[in-house]
Amino acid sequence: MFKFILKRILEAIPTMLILITVSFFLMRFAPGSPFSSERTLPPQVMANINAKYGLDKPVFDQYTTYLTNVLQGDLGPSFKYKDFTVNELVVSALPVSAKIGALAFIFAVVFGVSVGTLAALRQNSWLDYAVMSTAMLGIVMPSFVLAPVLIYIFSIGLGWFPAGGWLDGSLQYMVLPVLGMAMMYVATFARITRGSMIEVLNSNFIRTARAKGLSYSYIVVKHALKPAMLPVISYMGPAFVGIITGSVVIETIFGLPGIGKLFVNAAFNRDYSLVMGVTILIGFLFILFNAIVDILLAYVDPKIRY
Amino acid sequence: MITKKENIDALEKFSENLEIEGRSLWQDARMRFMRNKAAMVSLVILVLITLSVIIAPLLSQYAFDDTDWYAMHAAPSAEHLFGTDSLGRDLFVRTLLGGQISLMVGVLGALVAVVIGTVYGATSGFIGGRVDRMMMRILEILYSIPFMFLVIVLVTFFGRNIYLIFIAIGAIAWLDMARIVRGQTLSLRNKEFIEAAHVSGVSQWNIIRRHIIPNVLGIVAVYSTLLVPSMILTESFLSFLGLGVQEPMTSWGALLQEGAQTMEIAIWQLSFPAAFMVVTLFCFNYIGDGLRDALDPKDR
Amino acid sequence: MQFKRSLLSTALLATTLIGASFAAQAAVVPEGVKLAAKQELVRGNGTEVASLDPHKTEGVPESHVIRDLLEGLVNQDADGKTIPGVAESWTTADNKTFTFNLRKDAKWSNGDPVTAHDFVYSFQRAVDPNTASPYSWYLEMTTMQNASDIIAGKKDKSTLGVKAVDDYTFEVSLESAVPYFVMMMGHTTVKPVHKATVEKFGDKWTKPENFVGNGAFVVNNWVVNERIELVPNTQYWDNANTVLTKVTFLPIENQVAEMNRFLSGEIDITNELPNEHFRRLQKEHPESLAIKGNLCTYYYNFNTHKAPFDDVRVRKAISYAIDRDIVANAILGQGQKPAYFLTPEIVAGFSPELPAYGKLSQKERIAKAKQLLEEAGYNKANPLKFTLLYNTSENHKKIAVAIGSMWKKSLGVEVVLENQEWKTYLETKKQGDFEAARAGWCGDYNEASTFTSLMEGKNTTGGIHYKSAAYDKLVKDAVETTDDAQREKLYYAQEQLLADDMPLAPIYQYVTARLLNPAVGGYAENNAEDKLYSKDMYIIQK
Repeated sequence: MFKFILKRILEAIPTMLILITVSFFLMRFAPGSPFSSERTLPPQVMANINAKYGLDKPVFDQYTTYLTNVLQGDLGPSFKYKDFTVNELVVSALPVSAKIGALAFIFAVVFGVSVGTLAALRQNSWLDYAVMSTAMLGIVMPSFVLAPVLIYIFSIGLGWFPAGGWLDGSLQYMVLPVLGMAMMYVATFARITRGSMIEVLNSNFIRTARAKGLSYSYIVVKHALKPAMLPVISYMGPAFVGIITGSVVIETIFGLPGIGKLFVNAAFNRDYSLVMGVTILIGFLFILFNAIVDILLAYVDPKIRY
Repeated sequence: MITKKENIDALEKFSENLEIEGRSLWQDARMRFMRNKAAMVSLVILVLITLSVIIAPLLSQYAFDDTDWYAMHAAPSAEHLFGTDSLGRDLFVRTLLGGQISLMVGVLGALVAVVIGTVYGATSGFIGGRVDRMMMRILEILYSIPFMFLVIVLVTFFGRNIYLIFIAIGAIAWLDMARIVRGQTLSLRNKEFIEAAHVSGVSQWNIIRRHIIPNVLGIVAVYSTLLVPSMILTESFLSFLGLGVQEPMTSWGALLQEGAQTMEIAIWQLSFPAAFMVVTLFCFNYIGDGLRDALDPKDR
Repeated sequence: MQFKRSLLSTALLATTLIGASFAAQAAVVPEGVKLAAKQELVRGNGTEVASLDPHKTEGVPESHVIRDLLEGLVNQDADGKTIPGVAESWTTADNKTFTFNLRKDAKWSNGDPVTAHDFVYSFQRAVDPNTASPYSWYLEMTTMQNASDIIAGKKDKSTLGVKAVDDYTFEVSLESAVPYFVMMMGHTTVKPVHKATVEKFGDKWTKPENFVGNGAFVVNNWVVNERIELVPNTQYWDNANTVLTKVTFLPIENQVAEMNRFLSGEIDITNELPNEHFRRLQKEHPESLAIKGNLCTYYYNFNTHKAPFDDVRVRKAISYAIDRDIVANAILGQGQKPAYFLTPEIVAGFSPELPAYGKLSQKERIAKAKQLLEEAGYNKANPLKFTLLYNTSENHKKIAVAIGSMWKKSLGVEVVLENQEWKTYLETKKQGDFEAARAGWCGDYNEASTFTSLMEGKNTTGGIHYKSAAYDKLVKDAVETTDDAQREKLYYAQEQLLADDMPLAPIYQYVTARLLNPAVGGYAENNAEDKLYSKDMYIIQK
């Protein structure tokens, strides 16, 4: 296992390098400068700004400088939020997204798996159909439609939860964003769990267990759940990616100061350093999470060995 | 205990044996698919939706960009079946036209993904060895890149145009495709008929083209039916960020985005496009499920 | 809705001495109003601020926050009149040399006195090329001595025409007479900063833990993309009159999201409101609507150097065919007014006669437009085609779609709409790579030159889409004249020239429409520049 982890870390290095390089040059070749404004700036002022952010040097020099800084953990100053460095911005935004994302993820897995198992046990009953149609609806309903509906019902209508904001991140501010984000994944996890659970329940070893006269619920919990989780765990990787991407929508709608919102604003403002900083961070998280999923898979499935 | 389904299965097997000529895999699959009610109904609805988004806008008395200052946010009526938007444009035409764009983006995006993914996966799986390991490593690297974020950057920086959009979202989706096709190819590679082709001196490229690709088509078909709805959702995600198609053109995503902003005053602006999109995505998903069940040999 | 034009500010009159006659302005709570126990105000502020350093900012959201944090030489009252700020009074004999007498009780939040030296330092910092302030051109506009040369790096910043005669007397020397100079001193770029703090912390001086300011409030908490919280500055000279105990600014870009948070009671003053919801809000929440005239114009620029708009007939035809009444009244309908000038009519002392086309009916304009297009060689067989560029926004999109359809319907013109992200849009405009483009401008001060100078050759991105020697001369003459009546005439002549040349099609004059909690008192509903001072506001007991 240790060797496997080491291998993953070594593999991550070229990936990160490619990511940094691609996003760096993408940024440099894009039209529009982070410092354009409605009135044209006098050339001297422009030159001073460029000098201040090192944009006056040849592109390759900028690239090597940036790379060296990143290796030292310095993502540079933000071009738009002039009072902050990218590190400061990311450090303040990450906990927000992490909190919302983690809650949404846990909610999606726990709720999705339970509902899916339930549907599988009552296969072809009205409960199964109801759960699966609702799940399908959850999958096809974009979160940017779902979230305003949630706000309309629970904030403006019933006044149970605030319509947005974060404040200190207390529970009431998180309920709606977590719901809005998790719905699609609850549905997907439910579908996957149901499918694989049905397959496992029809397999020979379960039949044997039943023939031995073991109680059904004991079989499900003790024998069926673990193998049925394999596809569920495999889907955790994509779900994680989806939740990070979805944070863009949810954080915009609820006005949360997270990574997704930071990224969209940065892209619109041409805040080169911030865009790259966030991209690098997210790439790193992807690698990390994919590795975690692989380890989990190895743990659950004895056939996989590294 | 023999259930009704098993009964039918038994009959099937019996009738199969009665036939003199064996049915091909495809005929078999088609029959199974036709028996799947949900999938068949979905297929019919989908065909109807496709036809109507293509034909109906041509028949309407309104153009998609006709504004009417005296009928802004008009509720659905005989004149405007789906009501109008904030500039008095007929939503019936716009919803259907948006459907054209969404379906086009979905299908073309899926096509891009399928083509790249199939070629990449088949090549990797067929050549095998070091090349395969290399290609899979590249794939793993690509998996770690936050593509959606790069697409956002790409579209904000280089301006939006519809081709860029579906190439971009197609390019994200091919990774899974490539993995699946590689797996299939690997298992096919060791089959006798491929070895036979080798022996008879068929070139590698021709083997891929003539034997491998047709044989992985089944799984490709299933996967791409499931890919189309996710492409449509991706387009709507970009529309939400204001990175979708250019006005006065529209798509379901763009209509939903507008509708979600005005649901308190003009619910029809949200409900009609939403209904169309939801039904379409439902259909694609059911057809995909149906195809998978029909083609999955384990299910026999 | 009535927009009263604010009177010519007294500051415009030469050799005036004001100050003592004005009562302290902060939060005048009328008698009989019972204040609520909780004096906390939440304001929507559009986008996240780029910075809280007045010399690094250029946008409106930044100005809203900085106005509460730093106090310049002058402030504005609820009607938009210039009133004393740190300067108690000021004198000038020739509109070229201005002497400001600073109040002696003004203090920074760390207890240091605010002196003339602070202003010298701050003004020099604003033009210093090393600061690279995006609004340094603002000081150039005041014609402050050597400002241009310093910005261009030709002279040292110490040569700027500012001087501390003594600790409490600040003198500014201009190159030419600018009668509205005092008014210009209300802008964000000319706010003072605390030298010792800035030098000690560099870029980080605006952080809550480092911040030192001289305004009524100080930064208490700042979470990017979420909120900025201000609390009263106990050292502020007029702190006794500050009623609010906390002011929160929320950066919410989406107008619907902002409205929703207002409706669920989380915001007291929104930044804007969504157009589509206006009529509903009017019906359901009439008590919460606050609408006032605004010092901004919405217009379309034509690229006069590029076909088809190198032909003045085409420019005129396209401009005439815009039904401004429909845009202002039917599509927007919040009190916006059709525009026929670049300068909005709400600007102090600006009331010229409408240009000829402005007096015609829309039908006559369209007939004229058809005729002009015909003359320029465009007809059914050879329809005019062009691209209209706008920056991504719901409202711009709506207007572009509407006007595009007007052109299509009345003239048979084929318009392609192209929206670009703000920064790309700016770059495209800068390169002159457009045919027609949306534009808008809000005045930096309440005087016509803040608008008319926009079309000066050097401001149209180096004349990339419009450059007229005749116009530049009129602008120059207006700056140099010392006669107010003459200057007014020159402004009118500039507008007339714009109507003849039509390098831009004015469309409508903005209003500021927002949702306002009825419990908020002291909201400056007649301030056309939307300069709201939180220190003037209070929460009424319901």
